[in-house]
Amino acid sequence: MILKDFLMMRHEILLTVVAMLILMMEIGWKKEERCSIKIISTILFFIITVVGFLPIETGVLFGGMYHTTDLIITCKNILNIGVLIIFIQSSQWLKMEANSDKTSEYFLLIISTLIGMNFMISSGDFLMFYIGLELATIPAAALAALELTKNKSGEAGIKLILSSALSSGILLYGLSMIYGTTGSIYFSDVMAAMSQSSLQVLAFIFFFAGMAFKISLVPFHLWTADVYEGAPINVTSFLSVISKGAAVFILTILLFTVFQPIVHLWHNVIFAISILTMTVGNLFAIRQTNIKRFLAFSSIAQAGFILLGIMGDNTFGFATIIYFVLIYIFSNLGAFGVAAAISNITGKENIQDYNGLYQTNPRLSLTMMLSLFSLAGIPPVAGFFGKFFLFTAAFQHGYYLLVFIAVVNTIISLYYYLLIVKAMFINKSDQPIQHFNNDFMTRLGLIICVIGMIVIGFASPILEYLNKLSF
Amino acid sequence: MMNFNLNLFVLIPFLTIIAIMMCRNNKQVRLTAAFGMSIQLIMAAILVFTYLHVRNLGDTAEMLFTQDYAWFSMPNIHYAIGVDGISVAMIALTSIVVFAGIFASWEVEFLSKEFFISLILLSTGVFGFFISLDLFTMFLFYELAVIPMYLLIGIWGSGPKEYSAMKLTLMLMGGSAFLLVGLLGIYFTTATASGNFSFNIIELSKGHMPVEMQRIFFPLTFLGFGVLGALFPFHTWSPDGHASAPTAVSMLHAGVLMKLGGYGCFRVAMFLMPQAAQELSWIFLILTTISVVYGAFGAIMQKDLKYINAYSSVSHCGLVLFAILMINKTAMDGAIIQMISHGIMTALFFALIGMIYGRTHTRLINEMGGLMKVMPFLSVCYVIAGLASLGLPGFSGFVAEMTIFVGSFQNPDTFHRVMTIIACSSIVITAVYILRVVGILLLGPIKNPHFDHLGDAKWYERVSTITLISAITAIGIAPLWLSDMIGISLRPVFEKLLAHL
Repeated sequence: MILKDFLMMRHEILLTVVAMLILMMEIGWKKEERCSIKIISTILFFIITVVGFLPIETGVLFGGMYHTTDLIITCKNILNIGVLIIFIQSSQWLKMEANSDKTSEYFLLIISTLIGMNFMISSGDFLMFYIGLELATIPAAALAALELTKNKSGEAGIKLILSSALSSGILLYGLSMIYGTTGSIYFSDVMAAMSQSSLQVLAFIFFFAGMAFKISLVPFHLWTADVYEGAPINVTSFLSVISKGAAVFILTILLFTVFQPIVHLWHNVIFAISILTMTVGNLFAIRQTNIKRFLAFSSIAQAGFILLGIMGDNTFGFATIIYFVLIYIFSNLGAFGVAAAISNITGKENIQDYNGLYQTNPRLSLTMMLSLFSLAGIPPVAGFFGKFFLFTAAFQHGYYLLVFIAVVNTIISLYYYLLIVKAMFINKSDQPIQHFNNDFMTRLGLIICVIGMIVIGFASPILEYLNKLSF
Repeated sequence: MMNFNLNLFVLIPFLTIIAIMMCRNNKQVRLTAAFGMSIQLIMAAILVFTYLHVRNLGDTAEMLFTQDYAWFSMPNIHYAIGVDGISVAMIALTSIVVFAGIFASWEVEFLSKEFFISLILLSTGVFGFFISLDLFTMFLFYELAVIPMYLLIGIWGSGPKEYSAMKLTLMLMGGSAFLLVGLLGIYFTTATASGNFSFNIIELSKGHMPVEMQRIFFPLTFLGFGVLGALFPFHTWSPDGHASAPTAVSMLHAGVLMKLGGYGCFRVAMFLMPQAAQELSWIFLILTTISVVYGAFGAIMQKDLKYINAYSSVSHCGLVLFAILMINKTAMDGAIIQMISHGIMTALFFALIGMIYGRTHTRLINEMGGLMKVMPFLSVCYVIAGLASLGLPGFSGFVAEMTIFVGSFQNPDTFHRVMTIIACSSIVITAVYILRVVGILLLGPIKNPHFDHLGDAKWYERVSTITLISAITAIGIAPLWLSDMIGISLRPVFEKLLAHL
């Protein structure tokens, strides 16, 4: 293997290099110099994101274990954009007394999970897939427990690691059955040997259960609310957007390639789980009072919507999924960004505390409103376009009832999103949250989200480009 | 060959919003909004004249002033705009009502910048809806119009405003849920001449949609638009919504938004799925007849002025859907005239109610009386509005209702004639509640001595009411120019519907 081929792994190599740099800065520099680690890491990551968009060769490495195509590179770039926004938004949280000495750990852990996700998406066989999956999961648990002084954070970390371990184990059991029945772990070989033997169906069920955990589908969603509530808010936004997005990407790739021969089987599974997830997520979100739990259940419902894209044609369905995840990144990070700004400065996380927010912090309220409307799927923000195309994808194969239920769920979700809008704009409060100014980085993060939400829907070249990508 | 850039109707409100965002005090906000919407009204007038001129010159294309830009290729979405006589009439209606609405809201003080921005955003959605020829673009503008409603009613409304706002928003979005499924169904199942799927209405109307698919998607689409057009039993958002909304919002909502429903039913549901429309019209006819009569009866029982008017709107908008479903050229002519006539009338009513409420601070008719002596200008306008509503000749209400009932009775079979007779009875019931209110409210001795010193209409209120009354009278006395404009545009729709008899 020559160096030129090795450079196909540009994303992973750059991430590893930056991770090493951060580690060396942490170890080598004195305490006073370490305060610049935050800004240096963010700038380095920005460079990685930009470099990621430069054209790159595609091909196969390590004898088939690693393969990249334009589609996979697009997925990785989208995840990079998301993590960049999260880094920008984290700057306020990292400035706080209790957190400033954990800066380099924070960056290292997130970059580690991102490396894992990149390998997972580029995998060509189940071993690389599993390595990537584990690398993406374990640092996330450490991230969830990062606020060492709070009980809830530790609880979140333990819940996340234990449930991840269990679901990984089940997934591995399924993979072992696939190996047992097909004699290979390479995707191409498995695809050729896939038939409908009962052991393979069982393997698929276990595999799907493990992945469904990662995406927080019902009934594997029970960890979501507690972990999201306990973890620091920027870690929550990371889990809800990036972790979920990466798992969705690889699940879709595997369903459309490896498990394609049993498509009529998993179409029914996805049908049922999609309906369950949307409905349960929406119904539980209505009663939430904590903004983080609220956004957790809303993320569960959104994951149900994403499954609709899987019911469409291969190219178009995947294009709509990627498009939706991109829009979902901007919308969700917008909502979490506002919640994080309020939580970091005032410590308030209850929806009741948001009453009358428009009077004191109009721009924050407007950003939150735009994000919520985007999540609900109301024009003219991008969320409308994302949801509409997902429905179109599901309609392609005649799943009228599914689309109908999905649209009804959109209405239900609109109800609880409007509850927050009501709190901010309509409800009056004796003690609304005081007006506060955000620092430059927070504002930048929120502005990026707002611009993304407004522009992406109308910019048709994005969807056109995604449609042209193929497996 | 004259051309008119229809994008102006979306661009002018958008620019007005930007201008308002830069205003610094309430006075500037109001003047900017008034200026912007006056320009919009002038544009609409120019459009009407240009349209008539081009038609007179002999252009018989189905849609005029069309523009088409490919937007997405998969699914096949274009930004396609164009107008025919019906759209032109609806655009004229909207600009008149918005113009009157701005002046009726002259006294809004609390967050007035946000109020006018939301109001104009709402009207942008409506204008965009009427100029769109592509189903996706139409749907986009339709949903755009719903969200400012929530804020407008929730923040500036009165009474149980949060409840009404939430109920209205959720029910209207529920309608759009049905509509979305219907639109996607039309897209995927219609075989067009070019071979690709399309969202373009004209292309779809020339294509072929299998009847089995039509039977599934026609009810969904009709219901989707029908919720907005106050189809029984999905009209329940209307009384609370209208009553709790601030004046201009009620005007815009009852006057224009409910007509979106009627227009959509006509342009999308019946135009694109004619066979199913013929087969299933009887179900919806029963529902609309119930709307007409139930709305009228409901109005009799109400004690709050706004609720009376809200139920009256349910009844009149039900009449629009009723006439469309009769699938008769005269009746459909009447339906469009009724849309415009009722739009202006109800806007006038809500404006007047708002002005009366602003002075007496009560909307209960029992607490008011003898207002004719106190505010003669407003009372005379109210009497005129009332007479127009119950169909007095000389005003537009008569023209519309006459046309509708004559057309509907032309259907020879028993079912349609019975429905027509039942719907006709609403004329009497309307007279009951209108005249009763006029009597209690305006005539007789002054009930409450505190009302003695209330002032009459101010200049901006006079602008508002006089605009609307002139419009009603113009249509009532000389409906020819309007019905001609509509009649030509109705022909292709009607031919398509008749072709499958």
